[in-house]
This record gives sequence, structure tokens and C-alpha cells, in this order.
Amino acid sequence: MNVHMKSVGAARYVGERTPRKEYGRLLTGRGQFTDDVRVPGMLHVAFVRSAVARGRILGIDTAAARDMPGVQAVYTQADLAAVPVTFQTFFFTPAEAPVTLLADGRVACVGDPVAMVIAESRAQAEDAAALVEVAIEEETPVVTIADARTGPLVHPDRDDNIAAEMGDEDSREAVQPLLDGAAHVVTMRVRHQRIAQSPMETRACLASPEGENEMTVWLGCQSPHLAARYIAQVMGLPQEAIRVIAKDVGGGFGLKNIPWKEEMAVIAAAKLLRRPVKWIEDRFEALTASSHAREQDVTLTVGFDGDARLQAAWCDYACNNGAWPMGEDANVAVHMFMWPCYKMPAYGFVTRGWYTNTMGLGAYRGPWAMESLVRETLLDKAARRIGIDPVELRRRNLLYLTDQPHTSTLGVPVEDITPGECLEKLVANVDFAAFRREQAEARKAGRYLGIGVATYVEPTGAAGSMAPMTGETVHLRVEPTGKVVAMLSTHSQGHGTATTMAQVIAEQLGVAYEDVAVYEGDSAIGAFGPGAAGSRQGVIAGGATWRAAQLLSEKVKQVAAHLTNASVEAITIEGGIVHVAGAPEMSRSLREIAEIAYGEPGRLPEGAPTGLEAQYRYQPPPMTMTSAAHCCIVEVDAETGFVKILRWISAEDCGTVINPGVVEGQIAGGLAQAIGQVLLEDMPYDARGNPLAATFKDYLMPTISDVPDFEYLHASTPSQTIGGMRGVGEGGCIIGPPTLVNAIADALSPFGEIEELVLPLTPARILDVIEQRDVSGTRAPAAEAKSAAPIVEEAPLVEAAPVASSSIDGDWAMVLKTPMGPQEMVGHFDTVGATVSGYLEAPEGRQEFSGGTLAGSQLRFEMKVEKPMKITLKYDLLFEGDAVSGKCKMGMFGSAKVTGTRA
Amino acid sequence: MSEHRIELTVNGNRHIARVEARTSLGEFLRDTLGYTGTHLACEHGVCGACTVMVDGDAMRSCLTLAVQADGAAVTTVEGLAQADGTLHPVQQALRDNFGLQCGFCTPGVAITMAAVTRDNEGADSGAMEEGLTQAMSGHICRCTGYQGIRRAIRQLAGVSA
Ligand code: FES
Ligand code: FES
Repeated sequence: MNVHMKSVGAARYVGERTPRKEYGRLLTGRGQFTDDVRVPGMLHVAFVRSAVARGRILGIDTAAARDMPGVQAVYTQADLAAVPVTFQTFFFTPAEAPVTLLADGRVACVGDPVAMVIAESRAQAEDAAALVEVAIEEETPVVTIADARTGPLVHPDRDDNIAAEMGDEDSREAVQPLLDGAAHVVTMRVRHQRIAQSPMETRACLASPEGENEMTVWLGCQSPHLAARYIAQVMGLPQEAIRVIAKDVGGGFGLKNIPWKEEMAVIAAAKLLRRPVKWIEDRFEALTASSHAREQDVTLTVGFDGDARLQAAWCDYACNNGAWPMGEDANVAVHMFMWPCYKMPAYGFVTRGWYTNTMGLGAYRGPWAMESLVRETLLDKAARRIGIDPVELRRRNLLYLTDQPHTSTLGVPVEDITPGECLEKLVANVDFAAFRREQAEARKAGRYLGIGVATYVEPTGAAGSMAPMTGETVHLRVEPTGKVVAMLSTHSQGHGTATTMAQVIAEQLGVAYEDVAVYEGDSAIGAFGPGAAGSRQGVIAGGATWRAAQLLSEKVKQVAAHLTNASVEAITIEGGIVHVAGAPEMSRSLREIAEIAYGEPGRLPEGAPTGLEAQYRYQPPPMTMTSAAHCCIVEVDAETGFVKILRWISAEDCGTVINPGVVEGQIAGGLAQAIGQVLLEDMPYDARGNPLAATFKDYLMPTISDVPDFEYLHASTPSQTIGGMRGVGEGGCIIGPPTLVNAIADALSPFGEIEELVLPLTPARILDVIEQRDVSGTRAPAAEAKSAAPIVEEAPLVEAAPVASSSIDGDWAMVLKTPMGPQEMVGHFDTVGATVSGYLEAPEGRQEFSGGTLAGSQLRFEMKVEKPMKITLKYDLLFEGDAVSGKCKMGMFGSAKVTGTRA
Repeated sequence: MSEHRIELTVNGNRHIARVEARTSLGEFLRDTLGYTGTHLACEHGVCGACTVMVDGDAMRSCLTLAVQADGAAVTTVEGLAQADGTLHPVQQALRDNFGLQCGFCTPGVAITMAAVTRDNEGADSGAMEEGLTQAMSGHICRCTGYQGIRRAIRQLAGVSA
């Protein structure tokens, strides 16, 4: 069932498997990827990188490199310091780690860029880079999360190795009694390996200075608009100074959300040299020195009642942030989206990101995907433990449409999600009973089949609650030729936005799909939008084009009605022809109308603007949820531990499907990455901090023989957005891993449980379960890690010396560490006796409070805020001389650290 | 650096050039001659993106030196379609079946498929499907999960899906 809003034109394009507009150039070798662009006088960059994970730079000798043929410059941080930069995160908040373009006195990971050589050819740059001598006094590195808890500081100027922290140990007190009283308590620990995002086109940047500040940057990115704004802000330039062009990009997957150290260094070098400078990352760099993803250690404990209904849950989450994360991240989204699709009465968590001397953390398709992996694998484990069918266990706990509206324990409201309905659709299309019979027969013959199911919801199309996540604008016009042109800020790294947007426009306007051209991929086109990030373009840009095409259609009709003396209601547009009801002889082509609208303004209705143009900026609801249930069937070879995937069925609900070929392509791509995560891919580090997968022979990408044919069921419940779309870009990569793990665990159930899930599930790790011994050697190092000293908590605050109450009066410069980055503010306090009033002031505005209480040197007060959502902030601060520290409880977001000094 | 004079045809066009001995065929095609349709994605022979035909054989242009192509007839993805723009059957099959997303792996995929379909011309559907699928195991695509590539293979082999 595909439901559309009333269609204006007769031809249906929405819902069709229309071949993609981008194919014309991509199939014939005529795309324009960054490395395909050449600019006269262009120079090439090769980076000199640290071979040491942690240490102090004693010296960098560039003399020999400078003498090499073709070399134009060799830069170290001392040179690039002439171009001041302040790195930001994807959220446009300041990066907290002291990120510099090149290493500034210290190196913090293997692959850290230390120097850059700029030469007339790439080969010359690489030859010379090999001659740069870097002397480093090596120090013991902090490599794992366990190291980070106890080891030396990754960034010497910081208090500890905690990069980001949310949640509250105290909330365990509320959850623990419920767990203690539960009939069944099940725990799942997942240790997720480090992933290299590995788009097939590596990172790429060509910066061409034009004039004093202006620069054109061809960049491998996910949004030219976001990249242009980011570059301008980081360099302190006016935004219009930077134009970013990215016509074709060979995959992004989150890695290319923002330009990072190398791309910014290239831009800085071009500015210094006043020459066009290009850098194309090689695969060794892409694997070992592009930002990485995942690497988490998570333990979830869930209590069920005697009927297998969820009672309470507690989660302890840790994530390796590396040295230079593209935004310090405790991944609070994992917790926010852990339970919105289930009836879960109580949930608490602590969540931390840790700095280590490894490559920094970047985004990867569904950065919060751990919630589905740990929850869904735990549910299957619980089903086996309790002795209930895993589908039945989900049925008892999932949300169905009849259960909504509903608000999760952490405050996420849901009103139109369909995880239950997706599961029913899946069950109706897969004969589980027949499979169980086949499985029983196969086991007798020594063959181990397994079936796995997983369900989830995913937030998509977010807009309005985070700085970069905005609405979308479309500029649309009928040209004087009668052809239609759309200018959008969408970006495709394979997403096919030029296609899907043209389908929407053609249908809503009543023109042929072939007559619609979509321009995108250039920050000079369209308005600000973050492009491909957070499964949003189909939802938001789709809604914008939908409405803009309707507005343009109205305009055409008004002109046509005026020209034919008909009423606007009598006009229809079909196939590019404008018809008048009951007067077929009055039909005219869109071109005729357009020629008049542009060329003969005197014939237009009085006061009507000339031309045929429309513009619309769509601000969708803050979040649109997509649901799905997947099922996978595997056979595990008990001799070798190899897994063969026999069948995979997806039942997803992404609302209106604009192009099933594109939607299924997104799901399939995500599922292939999921298969890679579960079975193949791994970026391990050795104890000295060396990344060990340097080629595609070590880093195993899924190939055609690893991925089965996927089957699709589309539930298509329209969302509340214009057009009814829901996002689908990330889902496969979120629900895929637990689906596959559950199938493997089911196949292995005659042998035992996967007690602790360590990814990837290599054949050796599967033999661990089959043979019930440590074949893979995974447990040995794990035991070591466990015995590491516990987390070093900050010194208890109550020890601080009391201060006289009056001494807190006045202004304090404070910093609140929010999930989106640090928020600076001024706190002002006035004390009367033990009662305190005052305000907190940030650039966004001032918020007053009263009724605070001061006990000794401890101040407690509350403050209600409306944005980004309604929550009560509870501050608990301790003053010590001219310093203040403490925490702020932020409702569903848990606790955030507050620090500050007297202003 | 030793330089060598080489002479070759690319998609039927004659080229004479001087190249360093160490220059790969892929770099030479892209940077010297401007056939940027050939993509370099790993430069160590695993991903297949750089595949071109050298005297009719599919070869990894990242592992082939330009000097090795002296005297050869090279076909790149730009040379697959007919002069009037009619797509080669493998391009058409990839187009019909959503066989690509970002398109970065596609030039190599298309060239290998073109070489394999030609080598297996007249073979039965099963052998054609098998040959193409096996050849595709030497190509990495990060975007598509190989679904459209597999459907394109079936279309080329005349197997119903
Ligand atoms: S670039 Fe030649 S095989 Fe990857
Ligand atoms: S289409 Fe992007 S790598 Fe294959």
C-alpha cells in the first residue's frame, strides 16, 4: 500500500523504479569526482605521518625533502600556524581536544599528520615526504578503553581521559530494586570492533584560492553547504568566501560529514601558497588515518517478569573516541533510542567516551546502532533462557499502533511507529513453523540452521533541534523552453537525490520525468542544508520539492486560466501539456505558457510576477520515525565455523516510497555493511598503538559471495511530513547486525550461548561456542582487561573547603558539557540568607532562576527550559575558592558536567 | 627516473607519450591522457575499480605499469558505449537493475563484465551467470550490497530473477 497526497498530474512517478538520472555520466566514465578535477598550476600534497602512537616531537628535519625535484613547500605546524583555525564538531560546537592541522609538539596516534610536502606531482610529493625525518620521544600509549581508564593522559592539559560523559550512576538506585524483583534477569555484553568506514572513493580535496579570501574547494563530502559553512567558521572567514563543489562523491557513510585535519590543512596550504593544492588520500591512509567508527564495550542488563514482560534495564556504555574525535561523543543517542519501540517501564545508564592514542572517532551509518545490537541480541538470549519463542517475546513487549501515542522512559515521544506491524508482516511472509521443522531435521543430520529476528525504530529526518540539522529549500522553475529546473542543497554519494526529487516534481507538476533537471552538489546552489546525514533527504527535501511543485503548478494554472479566460479550477497539467476542462482545443504546451510568462509580460494577469518560479523551504516535524523487522536464516558449519546466509527478509516502513529501487538500494547497502561488521571487518590495534589492517587484504570488505539476495516487504505507512516519507538511509546498518547475530546464535543454540558477543564473529569465535573452549584466544585478553583497575572517579566533591555564602555572589564563567558539545555561559548568583536567585546567560539568551538553596558551599537550583525540548535542569554545584564544579541533571539526557571559574 | 616512450591506443585513439617506468597504467590513463573514468580505489590490486581491458583482457591498471601497455589496445569505461551513445549491454544491465549507487566501483565492474560476457559468448545461461558472478568476487562495492550487480548478471545471462 503506497499512500500519496492527492497528485496533481496524472502520470505517477512516485513509487516507480525509475532509472536514475545520475547513471548517464556514472556508467560511461564521465562523472566528476574530486580527483577528476584539474586546475592550471595545481600542486599535490603528501602527508608525513607519525609512526608512533604517543610522544613528544624532538625535531622535524625537512631539509632533504625541500631539495627534492618539484617540491614547492614543506610545511609543519609552525608554518601552518600562520593560518589560525579553530576546529569544530559536526554540531558547529568547538572541538574539545586541542585539534591542530598538523601535530603541535606532540603526536597522539599513529597516522597523526606531522608535516606536509607540496610538489608538482603526487609522485614527487611522496618521494620527498619519505625523506622528512621526524624524531619523537616515544611514550607508552593508551590504546584500549581499559587503558584509558587507568593510563596516562592522552591530552596532557585535560583532567582525565573521559572525552564525554552522560547519564548517572545514581539512577541505578532506582532501577536496581526492579531488577532485583524481576523473575528473569538477563545480561548481554557486546564488544564491538573498530570499523573503517571505507567508502570506495577515499577522502579528497582540491582547494583553489581566488582573490583575497575567496576559494573554491572541490571536496569529497556529504553536503557542500555544510562543508562550506564549516570551513568558513573554522578559518574565521565569511561564509560566502568559500564555495564547495562536490558533483560526484564515491560514498561517505558519515566519514565525510565534515572536513577534518588533512582537508583543512590542504585548504590552509592553498591559502599560504596562493596556489591550487590537491590531496587524494591513498587506501593505506584511508584505512589507518581516516577517522574510524564504533569500538564500543557495552553491557545491558534487563529484568523480565514471569510472563517475559520488560520490567527495567540498566546499561553501561563505553566508546573509544581515539585522540582526535570529530566531536567528543558519549553516544547518548544509544540510550535515547534503546527503548522507544518497546514498553519498558524503567531505564538507567551511564555512558562515556574515552580518549586514547588511536585514530579519532568519526560517524558511521547509524552511529547509535549499538542500541539495536545489544537490545535485540539480549532479547533473543532472554527468549532462550525463559523458554519462549523470540517472536512471541517481542509481541508481548513491542509497541503497536494501538499502543500510541506513547512516551519512552527517557522522554522520546512516538505516535505513529509500526515495529509491531512490521513484525506481523514479516511473520505472515516467512513460514517460521516450517523452518523449525527443517531445522530439527537438519540438526539430526549434523547441519546447524538458525533463524534470527530483530525489530527496531530509527529517528530520521531530524530538523530544528541541532544547529546543522535544518529544513531544506528548493528553488524550482519552468524555463522559457518549458523544461523544469530544480536547485537543491541535497547531496548524493549514491543516494540518487537528483532522481527521487525529479520523480516528485514530475508527478506534482504534471511534466515528464525526462523534462526535469535537478542541480545539486554545489554550495552556490540552493540554501543551507546538511545533505546526507541522519537519513533526512528523502523526508525533508522530498517534502520541499513536493510543495514547491504544487506552488509552481498553481502559478502555471493562474497564467493559463488568464490566457484562456477559464477558471483556475478548470486547468490541469498532464505530460507537460496544460489543458482546459471541456475545451480540448485550448490545450497548450507548458513551453507556450512559459514563453509568454518570460517574454510577453503584458499578457500576464495584472500584477503577476513574470516567469514561472517557485521557492519553498520545508521545516518538517522535529523527527520522523522509521520502523522495521528483519529476519535472516543461516547455516553454520560446525566443523569450520563458517557462516552461510541462506535468506534475508526485510519488512520496513519508510512511509511513502518515492523509488523502490533507491529505497531497496539503501537497505541493501546498509545490510551488506552489517554483514561486514558481524562477520568480516576489523581494524585492530596492537599494544603499541599500531593499526593492523593496512590493506583490503587485511581489512575484509564484504564481496558478492558474502551477501545474499535480500527480499523486501514495504509497509508504507505515510508519516506526518509533506509527502509522507520516512528516512531509510541508515536502517540496514542498524537492524542488520542483530538480525544476523540472532540467526547465528539460534544455529549455535545446541552447543551453548554466545555469552559475550565479541565482533567480528570470525570462524574461530564461532568455534569457541561449538567446542566450548577458547579456540579464538578472545577470552584471554578479555580477562586481562576485566582485571584492570576500576574507573578513577573524580574526587568526591563534598571534601571541598566550605566558602562563605556571600562569596558566590556575582558572575561565574561556566561551561556545561552537553551531548552536542560544551556550552559556555555566564552564571550570576545573588544570595539572601540560604536562598539563591540569579540567571544563566548564553549567546542564545538569558534564563532566570530563583529558589535555589545554598548549604555550605553547595548550591542547588532548578530551571525549566523549552528548547530543544521541555526539560527541567537540576543544577548541583560546589564552590571552592574561585572555582566551581558539579553537575546538571538534564532529564532524559542524564547528567552533564559543569565547570567554571569566577568571572 | 627512467623515462620511456610508449605508443598505444585507448578506445581506438592513438597516443604517444613519455612515461616514467614506475607510473602505473591507471595513473597514466587518468593523469596524462585524461581518461578519468578509470578509478583508483586501493592501488594494491584488491578492489577492482581500476580494471581496464588491455588487448581484450581485463587487467588491474593499478598493478600494470604504463610501459607494459606499450603497443597495446586499451579499452576503458569511456570506450564501452557505441559512438552514438548506445550503452554496452553490461552498462544497460547495470542501469536497468540499480547496479550502482555512487558509481566509484562501476567502471571496473563494467569492464570486467564486458570482458567476461565476451569470453563466454554463446555459453549457456548457467555458465554465463557463474562466470560473471565469480569474476565479480574480485570487485568491492561499498554501496550496493551487490544486489543490482547480481540482477544485472542474471539479465546478461538470460536467467529469470
Ligand atoms: S585500484 Fe586497482 S585493484 Fe583497487
Ligand atoms: S556504487 Fe559505490 S562503491 Fe559501488
